[in-house]
Amino acid sequence: MTHLDGNVLAGALADIFSVDLTPASARCTGCGAVAQLAEAMVYTNAPGIVARCATCDHVLATVVDAGDRLWLSLTGLSGIELRRA
Amino acid sequence: MSFVTRGFSGRARERDPRLPPGQTLVQDWPVLSAGPTPRIDTAEWEFVIRDETGADHRWSWDELLALGVEDITADIHCVTHWSKLEMPWRGVSVDKLFENVESQYDYVMAHSYGGYTTNVPLEDLLDGRAWIAIEADGEPLDPEHGGPARLLVPHLYFWKSAKWVRGLVMMPDDDPGFWEQNGYHLRGDPWKEERYW
Ligand SMILES: [Zn+2]
Repeated sequence: MTHLDGNVLAGALADIFSVDLTPASARCTGCGAVAQLAEAMVYTNAPGIVARCATCDHVLATVVDAGDRLWLSLTGLSGIELRRA
Repeated sequence: MSFVTRGFSGRARERDPRLPPGQTLVQDWPVLSAGPTPRIDTAEWEFVIRDETGADHRWSWDELLALGVEDITADIHCVTHWSKLEMPWRGVSVDKLFENVESQYDYVMAHSYGGYTTNVPLEDLLDGRAWIAIEADGEPLDPEHGGPARLLVPHLYFWKSAKWVRGLVMMPDDDPGFWEQNGYHLRGDPWKEERYW
């Protein structure tokens, strides 16, 4: 099957980001620990927000807010588990 | 951010010409940290430059100081919009470290204790424009300000002045470091307001 263009993501992302992600569980790509995002250690006194694994300090996620633009990185997480209400 | 700059233009004559656009002067020295503060004893501290052959050039703390510590006066500009002017520093010129390092590569990744990285073109580190800083404001660098040693590249935004620096790895391409992967500008010239991608 050929690939689809990025517009296909729109519906999926709108669904994901309309929910609160902090109770979601995710696996740290550094140590493999699975924990809720709410349990991460978050540093905000920095050029961006940095969330680190409570087990191993690995960077799980960053958010850089430029006002009219925002960068989200989740490269330190794999397998994010979301629960439907 | 251009609307902010225009907003200030009516007061341009009152503005300190040493302040890049979008920056505000501070007297204190804010501490920014994206993670836990590493505590590195100078007895264990080591600095390494890795060239493209994979060879490591190493300096202990005493070997670093033996290269010659110089006085520096620098203005620093943080991308979070504060600047400090005429700050006294002491450190070892990066030129001294590269005296015996041969490399054809044009870029460097700075690595820190604690895992931080930031990319810098080699030419931004040479010709008296960058140091391994060990003192600021007449005191040894406090761990929360990056001690025992941090990179000091004052002509670029301060995220390039990597705290707890432990080494430089030569790179053929300008690969992005930590903040540069996550939204911040690859080079970060404060006079061009190179804040984000
Ligand atoms: Zn972990």
